[in-house]
Amino acid sequence: MTEFTRRQLLAAGSAAAALGLAGVRPAFSQASVDFAGKTVEWWMPFSEGGGSDVWARFFAPYLSKYLPGNPNVVVRNVPGGGSITGSNEFVARARPDGLAILGTSGSTQFPFLLGDPRVRYDYAKLIPVLVSPTGGVCYLPAKFEVKSPAELGKIKDQDLVYGSQGATSLDLVPMLAFRLLGLKVRHVFGMQGRGDGRLAFERGEATIDYQTSSAYLTNVTPLVEAGTAVPMFSWGILDAQGNVARDPTFPDLPHFVEAYEMMHGKKPSGVEYDAYLAFFGSGFAAQKPCMLPEGTSDDIVATYRKAFADAVADPELQKAKGDVLGDYTQAVGNDIEQLYKVATTIKPEARDWVRNFLDTEYQVKL
Amino acid sequence: MIDVFVTSLQNLLTLHHLSYMMIGVAIGLVVGILPALGGIAGMSLLLPFVYGMEPTAAIAMMVGLLAVIPTSDTFSCILMGIPGSSASQATVLDGFPLARKGEAARALSASFSASMIGGLFGALCLTAIVIVARPLILSFTSAELFMLAIFGLSMVGVLSGSSLAKGVAACALGLAFGAIGTAPANGGERMTFDSLYLMSGLEITIIGLGIFALPEVLDLLRGQASISSTGKLGRGWLAGVRDTWREKWLTLRCATIGACVGLMPGLGGSVSDWISYGHTVQSAKDKSQFGKGDIRGVIGPEAANNSCAGGNLIPTLLFGIPGSGSMAIFLAAMILIGLQPGPGMADPKRDLDLTYTVVWTLALANVVGTAACIALSPSIARLTTIRFVLFAPFMILIIVFGAFQSTRSFEDILALLVIALTGIFLKRFGWPRPAFLIGFVLAGQVETYFYQAVQFYGYGFPLRPIAVTIALVTIASLWFTSRSRQAPKEATVPGGITTDIDFEREEDETAAAKNLWPQAIFTIVTVGFFIFTIAEGAQNSFLDAVFPVSVGAVGLLTAAFVLFWQVRGATGRGPAGNVNFDLDDGASSGSLWRFVGWLVGFVIAIGLLGFTLALIGFFLTFLKVVAKSSWLQAAVLTAAAVGLVLVLTSILNMNLPGGLLQHYFYDQLVWPLR
Repeated sequence: MTEFTRRQLLAAGSAAAALGLAGVRPAFSQASVDFAGKTVEWWMPFSEGGGSDVWARFFAPYLSKYLPGNPNVVVRNVPGGGSITGSNEFVARARPDGLAILGTSGSTQFPFLLGDPRVRYDYAKLIPVLVSPTGGVCYLPAKFEVKSPAELGKIKDQDLVYGSQGATSLDLVPMLAFRLLGLKVRHVFGMQGRGDGRLAFERGEATIDYQTSSAYLTNVTPLVEAGTAVPMFSWGILDAQGNVARDPTFPDLPHFVEAYEMMHGKKPSGVEYDAYLAFFGSGFAAQKPCMLPEGTSDDIVATYRKAFADAVADPELQKAKGDVLGDYTQAVGNDIEQLYKVATTIKPEARDWVRNFLDTEYQVKL
Repeated sequence: MIDVFVTSLQNLLTLHHLSYMMIGVAIGLVVGILPALGGIAGMSLLLPFVYGMEPTAAIAMMVGLLAVIPTSDTFSCILMGIPGSSASQATVLDGFPLARKGEAARALSASFSASMIGGLFGALCLTAIVIVARPLILSFTSAELFMLAIFGLSMVGVLSGSSLAKGVAACALGLAFGAIGTAPANGGERMTFDSLYLMSGLEITIIGLGIFALPEVLDLLRGQASISSTGKLGRGWLAGVRDTWREKWLTLRCATIGACVGLMPGLGGSVSDWISYGHTVQSAKDKSQFGKGDIRGVIGPEAANNSCAGGNLIPTLLFGIPGSGSMAIFLAAMILIGLQPGPGMADPKRDLDLTYTVVWTLALANVVGTAACIALSPSIARLTTIRFVLFAPFMILIIVFGAFQSTRSFEDILALLVIALTGIFLKRFGWPRPAFLIGFVLAGQVETYFYQAVQFYGYGFPLRPIAVTIALVTIASLWFTSRSRQAPKEATVPGGITTDIDFEREEDETAAAKNLWPQAIFTIVTVGFFIFTIAEGAQNSFLDAVFPVSVGAVGLLTAAFVLFWQVRGATGRGPAGNVNFDLDDGASSGSLWRFVGWLVGFVIAIGLLGFTLALIGFFLTFLKVVAKSSWLQAAVLTAAAVGLVLVLTSILNMNLPGGLLQHYFYDQLVWPLR
């Protein structure tokens, strides 16, 4: 029953959000908003060249094109402190005048969800105007002769090794997923990125790995074709109702929940699954939100939402998106609140469970 | 294969491609010449323009920039003693003393010719190796990378100066500084004082600027009229080229080191820089001039850092794993223009021609860049003949500005100040700063790869064949070092083994002090810091504690050894031997602390008024009080400084660090005050 509870919660949340929108925000009152001659700063708590930076820089010219008055949109990198510093500074500094927006990533959401005391931003107060999902595929070496998730039981007693970036990094999602599946996985930390993990896999050091969609297509597909790696499942995406669905990039591959069912014959449930869902949503299905500061007026919010909706509909953007956005549907307009909520909320008991799990298994004190 | 070569050549030699490459080279020259703005800043400048460009043009532009930066950043290393980037810190060691001797011209031309040969040789190696690079890179696992890091650490033996104990202690100090921040294994936070800033550790840029550049600037301020002690540039443009030609084998050996280290993802430019410098010193017969202006000390690292930039391309293109900070941005730009690096880049049927185009663009841009640098040198080298008190505030500004490129916060400047104080004392008391840098640069690698190697292969990991080979090379290298250290006449000097290599002593005069208490107090503070490292480290989970505790223990032992001899000397119970070293004992040229005071004042002013106002105040008062300028001159120079900073900030689109004023009145202020 638990899985329905979460869905109901989401449905209720989105209904409330929709009501809120209908009640307070007029649909079109943008005449008063004009950014002509202004500069919009897109705050980026990561340094130049990271995935989130690329994402913001990709969107910036289109945002400029569709905001009234075509303001100059620049990306301002404020790196440091694992993206907590820049986000804290945004919350303290940015004025609700529509000239400052913040783009974050799963690694900004995770410390917030885990209740890190140094976090001074509150996602509930920021106002989302765009949410970009991402995905990934988990794969195994061919030597295990596991051809589909249904056969994962064959290796449940085997010691698997995963090259991880750290227990509280985005690799928390696979950590929770492997545990839920009942696989015995040893996490070797200190990888500098998923590329390092893949290298460890190719060397035979790591025996289970995942790559984000574009890296999977370029770097792992050749291994699959050569017969050395076998894809197991994708993380999946969240549909408009908040259900896990297949990844559009990999329609033939089961998603994690399907994989669990194929292995165990039943759907996953319980507090561990709630925890997994929260971090999966925040780390993949709704990984990169773009937000306006607390207190921004409704017409500015509506202007931004329309601008992003128009930008995403632009055939030029669709043609250029390539690996930056992948095949994922960008959440824009008024659909956004629900996906955003998934990425930025966690049940208190699920949070306590994860904190306790990280403390007892990995001595991570939060 | 032939048709792949032909296609690549055709791509390369089009006017379109060449003109974009030239744009990249031009920007790279400017960015490289401006001290402390390295490849990362240059690539971030290009990033907004790259988007929407035609892919081959964008790549030509970026590779042009990447190729020329390791060449052009030599200007600031040699002329000002400011490391142009983290991959050229070793050049400062001998390059700057050469400029001070009035041999800037010779040093520059030697370094440029070495850079060019390094870059070309690197490109040649890469052309041959691309096809087999994948299995080669895959055969270097965490175990081999750990052994390579240990090999790097063994260079401390060569770079230790007069006292091996001090060298090891300085290296341990560097390792301990490198342990600050989030631990790689379990993510425990070490020595961070609960600060978010320290969570991600200290930046190598800040360490380089604080340890090398600032102590030199402050030291120069107290006596010298201009950087060049003769006030002249010196002859010798051709002499420099001849130097490189004479040392051609050294150049090629160091280029090979650079290309190999660059090829390995996870080691990086500063590692190749220091290993090649260590190799240069080790392979030289007469070591007496290293650190005081030996031309070979410039040639070696400069050959290595250009070929390393080429080597870095391979893991970036073939695995999508950036070998350095600027490569990370290169990778991002490739994704923005719709190219996803991967195994296809080494496949003759797919994108191999693109890889060759990149590698050869790199070679060509190297040649063009070198020519441009040589052409520009005579005018730029004149900087060393300017009255130093007029030039110094600009250098301080550039160093501070360079430091806060790291995270663009006030904490960067505070960190710089703390590191600079450490650097001043290391210099004054003869603790070898190269050893400190080697420790810092390798701290992350040593810890991470050790942990990963044990996790993947168990404690038997050093027995893997390639690891054993590297271990044997390390042992051979240590054996050569110890042989050259056994100078018979000094073997009986208390305080350890000595050599004739001495990095900190600038003149031949002895630096042995009569009053040993100042240096003893510094050693006591160091001992205290090691105890703190052990205590802080031990609070973490086992995996996160092993590294800081062992480093602290080694540091504690060696520092205590140094302290023993120093206290013995200080209390008059016997000679202190070669650990007695104090450049400031009875120095006649005025106090350093007056100028440290200026620096501290500048930083405090930034903390109160924000960067722009503090800069104006600092320049005006410094020029009036210290340089005794006229109001007109002071105003013009201040305007030039402010103009330079504002142009750079607006191009890089960054906020200058704010102070209390900005904190309380942020909304009332406008850029550039906020």
